[in-house]
Amino acid sequence: MNFWNDPLHFLAEQLTAMLSRWGLPTAWITFIEFFLGAMALIVFAMALDIGLVWVERKVVARFQDRLGPNRLGPFGLFQPVADIIKMVIKEDITPATADKFLYNLAPVLAAVAVIALWAILPLASTIYGADLNVGLLYVIAAGALGTLAVLIAGWASRNKFALLGAFRMVASLISYEIPMVIVLLVPTLLAGTMSLRGIAEAQRSIWFALLSPLACLIFLISAIAELGRAPFDLHEAESEIVAGYHIEYSGMKFGWFYAAELLHAFTFGGLLAILFFGGYTGFFGLEKLPAFIWLDNPFVQAAVFLAKAMVGYWVIMWVKYSLPRVRIDHLLAFNWKFLTPLALVVLVSTAILHRALMEAPRWQYGMALWLANLVIAWITIEILRVQARRQRRHQRAASQRQQTAQEQTV
Amino acid sequence: MRNEWLYIGVFLIVAIIVPLVPLGFAALVAPRKPNPTKRLTYECGVETVGDAWVQFKAQYYIFALVFLIFDVETVFLFPWALALNRLPMFAVTEGAVFLGILVAGLVYLWRKGLLEWQ
Repeated sequence: MNFWNDPLHFLAEQLTAMLSRWGLPTAWITFIEFFLGAMALIVFAMALDIGLVWVERKVVARFQDRLGPNRLGPFGLFQPVADIIKMVIKEDITPATADKFLYNLAPVLAAVAVIALWAILPLASTIYGADLNVGLLYVIAAGALGTLAVLIAGWASRNKFALLGAFRMVASLISYEIPMVIVLLVPTLLAGTMSLRGIAEAQRSIWFALLSPLACLIFLISAIAELGRAPFDLHEAESEIVAGYHIEYSGMKFGWFYAAELLHAFTFGGLLAILFFGGYTGFFGLEKLPAFIWLDNPFVQAAVFLAKAMVGYWVIMWVKYSLPRVRIDHLLAFNWKFLTPLALVVLVSTAILHRALMEAPRWQYGMALWLANLVIAWITIEILRVQARRQRRHQRAASQRQQTAQEQTV
Repeated sequence: MRNEWLYIGVFLIVAIIVPLVPLGFAALVAPRKPNPTKRLTYECGVETVGDAWVQFKAQYYIFALVFLIFDVETVFLFPWALALNRLPMFAVTEGAVFLGILVAGLVYLWRKGLLEWQ
Protein backbone atom coordinates (compact mmCIF):
# COMPACT_ATOMS: atom_id res chain seq x y z
CA MET A 1 0.00 0.00 0.00
CA ASN A 2 1.35 3.44 -0.88
CA PHE A 3 -0.03 6.95 -1.10
CA TRP A 4 -0.99 6.72 -4.77
CA ASN A 5 -3.03 3.52 -4.43
CA ASP A 6 -4.88 4.18 -1.23
CA PRO A 7 -4.27 7.73 0.03
CA LEU A 8 -6.70 7.70 2.96
CA HIS A 9 -5.55 4.45 4.53
CA PHE A 10 -1.92 5.37 3.93
CA LEU A 11 -2.32 8.69 5.72
CA ALA A 12 -4.37 7.06 8.48
CA GLU A 13 -1.65 4.47 9.09
CA GLN A 14 1.06 7.12 9.19
CA LEU A 15 -1.00 9.14 11.63
CA THR A 16 -1.72 6.11 13.83
CA ALA A 17 1.97 5.26 13.98
CA MET A 18 2.86 8.86 14.87
CA LEU A 19 0.17 9.27 17.52
CA SER A 20 0.84 5.93 19.20
CA ARG A 21 4.51 6.92 19.40
CA TRP A 22 3.27 9.93 21.40
CA GLY A 23 1.44 7.50 23.68
CA LEU A 24 -2.18 8.35 22.95
CA PRO A 25 -4.84 5.69 23.73
CA THR A 26 -6.35 3.90 20.70
CA ALA A 27 -9.83 5.36 21.22
CA TRP A 28 -8.43 8.90 21.01
CA ILE A 29 -6.45 8.05 17.88
CA THR A 30 -9.60 6.70 16.20
CA PHE A 31 -11.54 9.80 17.17
CA ILE A 32 -8.83 12.18 15.89
CA GLU A 33 -8.58 10.29 12.61
CA PHE A 34 -12.34 10.27 12.10
CA PHE A 35 -12.49 13.95 12.97
CA LEU A 36 -9.75 14.85 10.49
CA GLY A 37 -11.30 12.61 7.81
CA ALA A 38 -14.70 14.24 8.25
CA MET A 39 -13.12 17.71 8.29
CA ALA A 40 -11.21 17.06 5.04
CA LEU A 41 -14.31 15.78 3.24
CA ILE A 42 -16.51 18.65 4.46
CA VAL A 43 -13.92 21.31 3.60
CA PHE A 44 -13.64 19.77 0.15
CA ALA A 45 -17.44 19.87 -0.23
CA MET A 46 -17.54 23.51 0.92
CA ALA A 47 -14.74 24.52 -1.47
CA LEU A 48 -16.68 22.80 -4.24
CA ASP A 49 -19.79 24.70 -3.15
CA ILE A 50 -17.98 28.03 -3.55
CA GLY A 51 -16.94 26.95 -7.03
CA LEU A 52 -20.52 25.93 -7.81
CA VAL A 53 -21.76 29.46 -7.09
CA TRP A 54 -19.59 30.67 -9.95
CA VAL A 55 -20.55 27.76 -12.23
CA GLU A 56 -24.26 28.25 -11.58
CA ARG A 57 -24.18 32.00 -12.19
CA LYS A 58 -22.07 31.65 -15.31
CA VAL A 59 -24.21 28.85 -16.77
CA VAL A 60 -27.48 30.67 -16.03
CA ALA A 61 -26.06 33.67 -17.81
CA ARG A 62 -25.21 31.57 -20.86
CA PHE A 63 -28.70 30.04 -20.91
CA GLN A 64 -30.23 33.50 -20.75
CA ASP A 65 -27.84 34.98 -23.32
CA ARG A 66 -25.98 37.16 -20.82
CA LEU A 67 -22.32 37.33 -19.87
CA GLY A 68 -22.66 36.57 -16.17
CA PRO A 69 -20.06 37.58 -13.57
CA ASN A 70 -17.04 38.92 -15.47
CA ARG A 71 -15.61 41.79 -13.42
CA LEU A 72 -13.91 40.20 -10.42
CA GLY A 73 -10.83 38.27 -11.46
CA PRO A 74 -10.39 36.28 -14.66
CA PHE A 75 -13.83 35.17 -15.98
CA GLY A 76 -15.37 36.57 -12.80
CA LEU A 77 -13.85 33.71 -10.80
CA PHE A 78 -13.68 35.77 -7.58
CA GLN A 79 -17.39 36.54 -7.67
CA PRO A 80 -18.27 33.87 -5.05
CA VAL A 81 -15.74 35.42 -2.64
CA ALA A 82 -17.47 38.78 -3.00
CA ASP A 83 -20.83 37.02 -2.52
CA ILE A 84 -19.65 35.45 0.73
CA ILE A 85 -18.28 38.76 2.07
CA LYS A 86 -21.57 40.43 1.23
CA MET A 87 -23.57 37.69 2.97
CA VAL A 88 -21.44 37.84 6.11
CA ILE A 89 -21.43 41.62 6.60
CA LYS A 90 -25.13 42.04 5.83
CA GLU A 91 -27.45 42.80 8.72
CA ASP A 92 -29.37 39.79 9.93
CA ILE A 93 -33.00 40.77 10.49
CA THR A 94 -35.15 38.44 12.54
CA PRO A 95 -38.88 39.17 12.43
CA ALA A 96 -40.21 40.10 15.87
CA THR A 97 -42.93 37.44 15.76
CA ALA A 98 -40.75 34.56 14.60
CA ASP A 99 -40.01 31.47 16.65
CA LYS A 100 -36.37 32.32 17.43
CA PHE A 101 -34.99 28.83 18.02
CA LEU A 102 -36.57 27.14 15.01
CA TYR A 103 -35.87 30.19 12.85
CA ASN A 104 -32.16 29.88 13.57
CA LEU A 105 -32.17 26.10 13.38
CA ALA A 106 -33.59 25.84 9.84
CA PRO A 107 -30.59 27.15 7.80
CA VAL A 108 -28.18 25.00 9.81
CA LEU A 109 -30.37 21.95 9.26
CA ALA A 110 -30.56 22.66 5.53
CA ALA A 111 -26.77 22.71 5.34
CA VAL A 112 -26.36 19.61 7.54
CA ALA A 113 -28.82 17.63 5.41
CA VAL A 114 -26.69 18.21 2.32
CA ILE A 115 -23.29 17.78 3.95
CA ALA A 116 -24.48 14.53 5.55
CA LEU A 117 -24.81 13.01 2.08
CA TRP A 118 -21.07 13.48 1.52
CA ALA A 119 -20.29 11.06 4.35
CA ILE A 120 -21.17 8.10 2.13
CA LEU A 121 -20.43 9.44 -1.35
CA PRO A 122 -17.62 7.29 -2.80
CA LEU A 123 -15.28 9.63 -4.70
CA ALA A 124 -13.10 6.67 -5.69
CA SER A 125 -12.78 3.00 -4.80
CA THR A 126 -10.53 3.90 -1.86
CA ILE A 127 -11.56 7.54 -1.23
CA TYR A 128 -14.85 7.61 0.65
CA GLY A 129 -16.09 8.56 4.10
CA ALA A 130 -18.04 5.49 5.14
CA ASP A 131 -19.20 2.50 3.14
CA LEU A 132 -22.58 1.82 4.74
CA ASN A 133 -24.33 -1.40 3.76
CA VAL A 134 -27.61 0.56 3.95
CA GLY A 135 -26.26 3.50 1.94
CA LEU A 136 -29.40 4.07 -0.12
CA LEU A 137 -31.62 4.24 2.96
CA TYR A 138 -29.22 6.81 4.41
CA VAL A 139 -29.52 8.86 1.20
CA ILE A 140 -33.33 8.84 1.46
CA ALA A 141 -33.22 9.81 5.13
CA ALA A 142 -30.80 12.69 4.56
CA GLY A 143 -32.91 13.88 1.61
CA ALA A 144 -36.01 14.04 3.79
CA LEU A 145 -34.06 16.04 6.40
CA GLY A 146 -33.56 18.83 3.84
CA THR A 147 -37.30 19.06 3.33
CA LEU A 148 -37.78 19.19 7.08
CA ALA A 149 -35.49 22.24 7.13
CA VAL A 150 -37.73 23.96 4.57
CA LEU A 151 -40.83 23.11 6.59
CA ILE A 152 -39.24 24.46 9.79
CA ALA A 153 -38.12 27.65 8.02
CA GLY A 154 -41.60 28.22 6.62
CA TRP A 155 -43.30 27.66 9.96
CA ALA A 156 -40.86 29.56 12.18
CA SER A 157 -40.86 32.71 10.00
CA ARG A 158 -44.51 33.31 10.88
CA ASN A 159 -45.18 34.70 7.45
CA LYS A 160 -48.02 33.64 5.18
CA PHE A 161 -45.86 33.38 2.08
CA ALA A 162 -43.28 31.31 3.93
CA LEU A 163 -45.95 28.99 5.30
CA LEU A 164 -47.47 28.51 1.86
CA GLY A 165 -44.03 27.69 0.51
CA ALA A 166 -43.50 25.11 3.24
CA PHE A 167 -46.89 23.55 2.53
CA ARG A 168 -46.04 23.23 -1.14
CA MET A 169 -42.65 21.71 -0.38
CA VAL A 170 -44.28 19.04 1.76
CA ALA A 171 -46.74 18.32 -1.05
CA SER A 172 -43.93 17.72 -3.50
CA LEU A 173 -41.93 15.69 -0.97
CA ILE A 174 -44.74 13.30 -0.11
CA SER A 175 -45.32 12.78 -3.82
CA TYR A 176 -41.91 12.49 -5.40
CA GLU A 177 -40.34 10.47 -2.61
CA ILE A 178 -42.40 7.47 -3.80
CA PRO A 179 -41.18 7.08 -7.41
CA MET A 180 -37.68 7.93 -6.23
CA VAL A 181 -37.58 5.17 -3.62
CA ILE A 182 -39.16 2.72 -6.06
CA VAL A 183 -36.57 3.35 -8.77
CA LEU A 184 -33.80 3.21 -6.17
CA LEU A 185 -34.83 -0.45 -5.86
CA VAL A 186 -33.74 -1.02 -9.47
CA PRO A 187 -29.99 -0.43 -8.92
CA THR A 188 -30.36 -2.27 -5.60
CA LEU A 189 -31.62 -5.43 -7.22
CA LEU A 190 -29.30 -5.18 -10.22
CA ALA A 191 -26.24 -4.80 -8.00
CA GLY A 192 -27.53 -6.95 -5.13
CA THR A 193 -26.37 -4.38 -2.57
CA MET A 194 -27.44 -1.06 -1.06
CA SER A 195 -23.89 0.21 -0.52
CA LEU A 196 -23.10 3.04 -2.94
CA ARG A 197 -19.60 1.70 -3.47
CA GLY A 198 -20.96 -1.77 -4.22
CA ILE A 199 -23.39 -0.30 -6.76
CA ALA A 200 -20.59 1.62 -8.48
CA GLU A 201 -18.36 -1.48 -8.56
CA ALA A 202 -21.21 -3.56 -10.05
CA GLN A 203 -21.24 -1.26 -13.09
CA ARG A 204 -17.68 -1.95 -14.24
CA SER A 205 -18.96 -3.92 -17.24
CA ILE A 206 -22.14 -1.99 -18.09
CA TRP A 207 -23.92 1.08 -16.73
CA PHE A 208 -27.34 0.61 -15.18
CA ALA A 209 -28.52 3.59 -17.24
CA LEU A 210 -28.15 1.36 -20.31
CA LEU A 211 -29.92 -1.57 -18.67
CA SER A 212 -32.78 0.55 -17.35
CA PRO A 213 -32.95 3.99 -19.00
CA LEU A 214 -36.49 4.56 -17.71
CA ALA A 215 -35.42 4.10 -14.09
CA CYS A 216 -32.63 6.62 -14.68
CA LEU A 217 -35.07 9.13 -16.15
CA ILE A 218 -37.58 8.70 -13.32
CA PHE A 219 -34.79 9.14 -10.77
CA LEU A 220 -33.68 12.35 -12.48
CA ILE A 221 -37.22 13.78 -12.49
CA SER A 222 -37.97 12.89 -8.89
CA ALA A 223 -34.54 14.13 -7.80
CA ILE A 224 -35.28 17.51 -9.38
CA ALA A 225 -38.62 17.55 -7.55
CA GLU A 226 -36.98 16.62 -4.27
CA LEU A 227 -34.37 19.33 -4.76
CA GLY A 228 -37.21 21.77 -5.34
CA ARG A 229 -35.62 23.21 -8.45
CA ALA A 230 -37.58 24.50 -11.42
CA PRO A 231 -39.90 23.27 -12.89
CA PHE A 232 -40.83 21.99 -9.42
CA ASP A 233 -39.79 25.10 -7.44
CA LEU A 234 -43.31 25.84 -6.24
CA HIS A 235 -42.10 26.40 -2.70
CA GLU A 236 -40.14 29.50 -3.68
CA ALA A 237 -42.18 30.65 -6.68
CA GLU A 238 -41.00 34.27 -6.98
CA SER A 239 -44.01 35.43 -8.96
CA GLU A 240 -46.58 34.07 -6.50
CA ILE A 241 -45.20 33.86 -2.97
CA VAL A 242 -42.19 36.19 -3.31
CA ALA A 243 -39.45 33.85 -2.12
CA GLY A 244 -41.43 31.20 -0.30
CA TYR A 245 -39.87 29.65 2.76
CA HIS A 246 -36.80 31.93 2.94
CA ILE A 247 -38.65 35.23 2.52
CA GLU A 248 -37.73 36.36 6.05
CA TYR A 249 -34.11 35.26 5.92
CA SER A 250 -31.25 37.62 5.19
CA GLY A 251 -27.49 37.61 5.44
CA MET A 252 -25.61 34.40 6.08
CA LYS A 253 -28.77 32.51 7.06
CA PHE A 254 -30.12 33.04 3.57
CA GLY A 255 -26.60 32.25 2.34
CA TRP A 256 -26.79 28.75 3.81
CA PHE A 257 -30.09 28.04 2.08
CA TYR A 258 -28.54 29.17 -1.19
CA ALA A 259 -25.31 27.22 -0.68
CA ALA A 260 -27.22 24.14 0.43
CA GLU A 261 -29.39 24.23 -2.68
CA LEU A 262 -26.40 24.38 -5.02
CA LEU A 263 -24.50 21.64 -3.22
CA HIS A 264 -27.66 19.52 -3.04
CA ALA A 265 -28.08 19.76 -6.81
CA PHE A 266 -24.46 18.79 -7.38
CA THR A 267 -24.71 15.93 -4.88
CA PHE A 268 -27.75 14.56 -6.66
CA GLY A 269 -25.79 14.81 -9.92
CA GLY A 270 -23.18 12.69 -8.15
CA LEU A 271 -25.80 10.20 -6.93
CA LEU A 272 -27.17 9.93 -10.45
CA ALA A 273 -23.62 9.17 -11.63
CA ILE A 274 -23.10 6.53 -8.93
CA LEU A 275 -26.47 4.81 -9.27
CA PHE A 276 -26.82 4.76 -13.05
CA PHE A 277 -23.59 5.87 -14.71
CA GLY A 278 -20.98 3.79 -12.92
CA GLY A 279 -19.76 6.41 -10.45
CA TYR A 280 -15.98 6.48 -10.37
CA THR A 281 -15.66 3.54 -12.82
CA GLY A 282 -16.23 4.08 -16.48
CA PHE A 283 -13.60 2.55 -18.71
CA PHE A 284 -15.52 -0.73 -19.31
CA GLY A 285 -12.64 -3.12 -18.60
CA LEU A 286 -9.97 -0.99 -20.28
CA GLU A 287 -8.40 -0.46 -16.86
CA LYS A 288 -7.65 -4.19 -16.61
CA LEU A 289 -5.16 -4.06 -19.53
CA PRO A 290 -1.56 -3.73 -18.34
CA ALA A 291 -0.96 -0.56 -20.38
CA PHE A 292 -3.97 1.21 -18.84
CA ILE A 293 -3.66 0.05 -15.25
CA TRP A 294 -3.17 3.69 -14.20
CA LEU A 295 -6.83 4.36 -15.07
CA ASP A 296 -7.74 2.54 -11.85
CA ASN A 297 -5.77 5.01 -9.74
CA PRO A 298 -7.99 6.60 -7.06
CA PHE A 299 -7.14 10.11 -8.21
CA VAL A 300 -8.16 9.35 -11.80
CA GLN A 301 -11.32 7.72 -10.45
CA ALA A 302 -12.13 10.79 -8.36
CA ALA A 303 -11.67 13.01 -11.42
CA VAL A 304 -13.98 10.73 -13.44
CA PHE A 305 -16.59 10.82 -10.69
CA LEU A 306 -16.49 14.61 -10.31
CA ALA A 307 -16.74 15.05 -14.08
CA LYS A 308 -19.80 12.79 -14.21
CA ALA A 309 -21.37 14.57 -11.24
CA MET A 310 -20.78 17.90 -13.00
CA VAL A 311 -22.55 16.58 -16.11
CA GLY A 312 -25.49 15.47 -13.95
CA TYR A 313 -25.53 18.90 -12.27
CA TRP A 314 -25.42 20.56 -15.68
CA VAL A 315 -28.46 18.53 -16.83
CA ILE A 316 -30.33 19.61 -13.68
CA MET A 317 -29.45 23.24 -14.46
CA TRP A 318 -30.45 22.78 -18.08
CA VAL A 319 -33.89 21.56 -16.98
CA LYS A 320 -34.17 24.39 -14.46
CA TYR A 321 -33.52 27.19 -16.90
CA SER A 322 -35.52 25.73 -19.81
CA LEU A 323 -38.88 24.78 -18.34
CA PRO A 324 -41.64 26.95 -16.84
CA ARG A 325 -42.98 26.20 -13.38
CA VAL A 326 -45.75 23.59 -13.10
CA ARG A 327 -49.03 24.17 -11.27
CA ILE A 328 -49.49 22.32 -7.99
CA ASP A 329 -52.36 20.10 -9.14
CA HIS A 330 -50.32 19.21 -12.23
CA LEU A 331 -47.37 18.45 -9.98
CA LEU A 332 -49.39 15.97 -7.92
CA ALA A 333 -51.25 14.49 -10.88
CA PHE A 334 -48.03 14.00 -12.85
CA ASN A 335 -46.56 12.10 -9.96
CA TRP A 336 -49.48 9.92 -8.89
CA LYS A 337 -51.04 9.22 -12.28
CA PHE A 338 -47.88 8.90 -14.33
CA LEU A 339 -44.58 8.61 -12.52
CA THR A 340 -45.55 6.22 -9.70
CA PRO A 341 -47.36 3.64 -11.90
CA LEU A 342 -44.53 3.82 -14.43
CA ALA A 343 -41.90 3.32 -11.71
CA LEU A 344 -43.80 0.28 -10.39
CA VAL A 345 -44.01 -1.28 -13.87
CA VAL A 346 -40.29 -0.69 -14.43
CA LEU A 347 -39.46 -2.24 -11.06
CA VAL A 348 -41.57 -5.37 -11.59
CA SER A 349 -40.37 -5.97 -15.14
CA THR A 350 -36.73 -5.46 -14.14
CA ALA A 351 -37.08 -7.77 -11.13
CA ILE A 352 -38.69 -10.61 -13.10
CA LEU A 353 -36.32 -10.34 -16.09
CA HIS A 354 -33.28 -10.05 -13.82
CA ARG A 355 -34.25 -13.18 -11.91
CA ALA A 356 -35.29 -15.17 -15.00
CA LEU A 357 -32.19 -14.36 -17.07
CA MET A 358 -29.64 -14.52 -14.26
CA GLU A 359 -27.85 -17.53 -15.75
CA ALA A 360 -28.32 -16.45 -19.38
CA PRO A 361 -25.37 -14.99 -21.37
CA ARG A 362 -24.69 -11.39 -20.37
CA TRP A 363 -25.55 -9.89 -23.76
CA GLN A 364 -28.95 -11.63 -23.78
CA TYR A 365 -29.59 -10.41 -20.25
CA GLY A 366 -28.64 -6.84 -21.14
CA MET A 367 -30.62 -6.81 -24.37
CA ALA A 368 -33.73 -8.21 -22.64
CA LEU A 369 -33.66 -5.56 -19.90
CA TRP A 370 -33.06 -2.79 -22.40
CA LEU A 371 -35.81 -3.99 -24.77
CA ALA A 372 -38.25 -4.31 -21.87
CA ASN A 373 -37.60 -0.67 -21.04
CA LEU A 374 -38.08 0.32 -24.66
CA VAL A 375 -41.40 -1.55 -24.86
CA ILE A 376 -42.64 0.01 -21.61
CA ALA A 377 -41.70 3.48 -22.86
CA TRP A 378 -43.48 2.88 -26.15
CA ILE A 379 -46.67 1.60 -24.46
CA THR A 380 -46.61 4.59 -22.07
CA ILE A 381 -46.35 7.04 -24.95
CA GLU A 382 -49.20 5.25 -26.79
CA ILE A 383 -51.44 5.45 -23.69
CA LEU A 384 -50.64 9.15 -23.30
CA ARG A 385 -51.42 9.76 -26.96
CA VAL A 386 -54.78 8.00 -26.74
CA GLN A 387 -55.60 9.90 -23.55
CA ALA A 388 -54.74 13.25 -25.11
CA ARG A 389 -56.81 12.47 -28.21
CA ARG A 390 -59.82 11.51 -26.10
CA GLN A 391 -59.47 14.70 -24.06
CA ARG A 392 -59.30 16.82 -27.22
CA ARG A 393 -62.42 15.11 -28.60
CA HIS A 394 -64.30 15.78 -25.34
CA GLN A 395 -63.31 19.43 -25.42
CA ARG A 396 -64.33 19.82 -29.04
CA ALA A 397 -67.71 18.16 -28.38
CA ALA A 398 -68.28 20.38 -25.35
CA SER A 399 -67.52 23.57 -27.25
CA GLN A 400 -69.77 22.47 -30.12
CA ARG A 401 -72.63 21.78 -27.71
CA GLN A 402 -72.11 25.20 -26.21
CA GLN A 403 -72.20 26.80 -29.65
CA THR A 404 -75.43 25.12 -30.71
CA ALA A 405 -77.00 26.03 -27.38
CA GLN A 406 -76.06 29.67 -27.93
CA GLU A 407 -77.47 29.65 -31.47
CA GLN A 408 -80.76 28.22 -30.24
CA THR A 409 -81.14 30.93 -27.58
CA VAL A 410 -80.43 33.61 -30.19
CA MET B 1 -12.16 -3.03 11.12
CA ARG B 2 -13.35 0.57 10.83
CA ASN B 3 -16.55 1.37 12.60
CA GLU B 4 -18.61 3.04 9.84
CA TRP B 5 -21.39 4.29 12.10
CA LEU B 6 -18.96 5.91 14.51
CA TYR B 7 -17.53 7.78 11.54
CA ILE B 8 -21.04 8.91 10.54
CA GLY B 9 -21.58 10.16 14.09
CA VAL B 10 -18.32 12.18 14.10
CA PHE B 11 -19.08 13.40 10.58
CA LEU B 12 -22.52 14.69 11.61
CA ILE B 13 -21.04 16.55 14.58
CA VAL B 14 -18.52 18.27 12.30
CA ALA B 15 -21.31 18.87 9.77
CA ILE B 16 -23.28 20.75 12.45
CA ILE B 17 -20.25 22.80 13.54
CA VAL B 18 -19.24 23.88 10.02
CA PRO B 19 -22.42 25.88 9.17
CA LEU B 20 -22.27 27.51 12.61
CA VAL B 21 -18.82 29.01 11.98
CA PRO B 22 -19.84 31.57 9.29
CA LEU B 23 -23.06 32.26 11.18
CA GLY B 24 -21.08 33.04 14.32
CA PHE B 25 -18.64 35.17 12.35
CA ALA B 26 -21.54 37.03 10.74
CA ALA B 27 -23.04 37.65 14.19
CA LEU B 28 -19.74 39.30 15.18
CA VAL B 29 -19.13 41.54 12.16
CA ALA B 30 -22.61 42.25 10.79
CA PRO B 31 -24.23 45.55 11.82
CA ARG B 32 -27.14 45.28 14.21
CA LYS B 33 -29.61 48.18 14.16
CA PRO B 34 -33.04 46.68 14.63
CA ASN B 35 -36.12 48.84 14.82
CA PRO B 36 -39.79 47.87 15.10
CA THR B 37 -40.55 48.64 11.44
CA LYS B 38 -37.62 46.62 10.22
CA ARG B 39 -38.64 43.65 12.30
CA LEU B 40 -42.18 43.53 10.96
CA THR B 41 -43.29 40.53 8.94
CA TYR B 42 -42.37 41.17 5.31
CA GLU B 43 -45.28 41.01 2.94
CA CYS B 44 -44.16 43.22 0.06
CA GLY B 45 -44.71 46.47 1.93
CA VAL B 46 -48.39 45.97 2.71
CA GLU B 47 -49.10 45.84 6.42
CA THR B 48 -49.71 42.31 7.64
CA VAL B 49 -53.30 41.34 8.27
CA GLY B 50 -53.86 38.51 10.73
CA ASP B 51 -51.55 35.82 11.96
CA ALA B 52 -49.76 33.26 9.81
CA TRP B 53 -50.13 30.56 12.45
CA VAL B 54 -53.72 29.69 11.72
CA GLN B 55 -55.39 26.37 11.14
CA PHE B 56 -54.87 25.69 7.49
CA LYS B 57 -56.47 23.05 5.34
CA ALA B 58 -53.81 20.85 3.80
CA GLN B 59 -55.61 20.01 0.60
CA TYR B 60 -53.37 17.06 -0.08
CA TYR B 61 -53.99 15.04 3.07
CA ILE B 62 -55.31 12.11 0.99
CA PHE B 63 -52.00 12.14 -0.86
CA ALA B 64 -50.25 12.09 2.49
CA LEU B 65 -52.12 8.94 3.47
CA VAL B 66 -51.28 7.25 0.16
CA PHE B 67 -47.66 8.37 0.61
CA LEU B 68 -47.54 6.68 4.00
CA ILE B 69 -48.79 3.38 2.58
CA PHE B 70 -46.36 3.39 -0.33
CA ASP B 71 -43.45 4.43 1.87
CA VAL B 72 -44.05 1.54 4.26
CA GLU B 73 -44.37 -0.77 1.26
CA THR B 74 -40.92 0.18 -0.01
CA VAL B 75 -39.46 -0.71 3.37
CA PHE B 76 -40.68 -4.26 2.75
CA LEU B 77 -39.42 -4.21 -0.81
CA PHE B 78 -35.78 -3.36 -0.02
CA PRO B 79 -35.01 -6.78 1.57
CA TRP B 80 -36.85 -8.42 -1.33
CA ALA B 81 -34.74 -6.56 -3.90
CA LEU B 82 -31.52 -7.34 -2.02
CA ALA B 83 -32.20 -11.05 -1.82
CA LEU B 84 -33.55 -11.32 -5.36
CA ASN B 85 -30.60 -13.37 -6.65
CA ARG B 86 -31.14 -16.05 -4.02
CA LEU B 87 -34.94 -16.11 -4.15
CA PRO B 88 -36.87 -18.71 -6.15
CA MET B 89 -38.91 -17.39 -9.08
CA PHE B 90 -42.04 -17.95 -6.99
CA ALA B 91 -40.93 -15.39 -4.38
CA VAL B 92 -40.14 -12.87 -7.13
CA THR B 93 -43.66 -13.11 -8.53
CA GLU B 94 -44.94 -12.99 -4.96
CA GLY B 95 -43.32 -9.53 -4.67
CA ALA B 96 -45.00 -8.52 -7.92
CA VAL B 97 -48.37 -9.66 -6.54
CA PHE B 98 -47.74 -7.62 -3.38
CA LEU B 99 -47.13 -4.58 -5.55
CA GLY B 100 -50.22 -5.44 -7.60
CA ILE B 101 -52.43 -5.24 -4.51
CA LEU B 102 -51.08 -1.76 -3.74
CA VAL B 103 -51.57 -0.66 -7.34
CA ALA B 104 -55.18 -1.90 -7.06
CA GLY B 105 -55.55 0.48 -4.13
CA LEU B 106 -54.09 3.32 -6.17
CA VAL B 107 -56.44 2.55 -9.08
CA TYR B 108 -59.37 2.51 -6.65
CA LEU B 109 -58.41 5.98 -5.38
CA TRP B 110 -58.02 7.19 -8.94
CA ARG B 111 -61.47 5.90 -9.98
CA LYS B 112 -63.00 7.47 -6.87
CA GLY B 113 -61.56 10.81 -7.99
CA LEU B 114 -59.47 11.32 -4.88
CA LEU B 115 -56.33 12.00 -6.91
CA GLU B 116 -57.88 15.26 -8.16
CA TRP B 117 -56.93 18.55 -6.53
CA GLN B 118 -59.91 19.70 -4.46
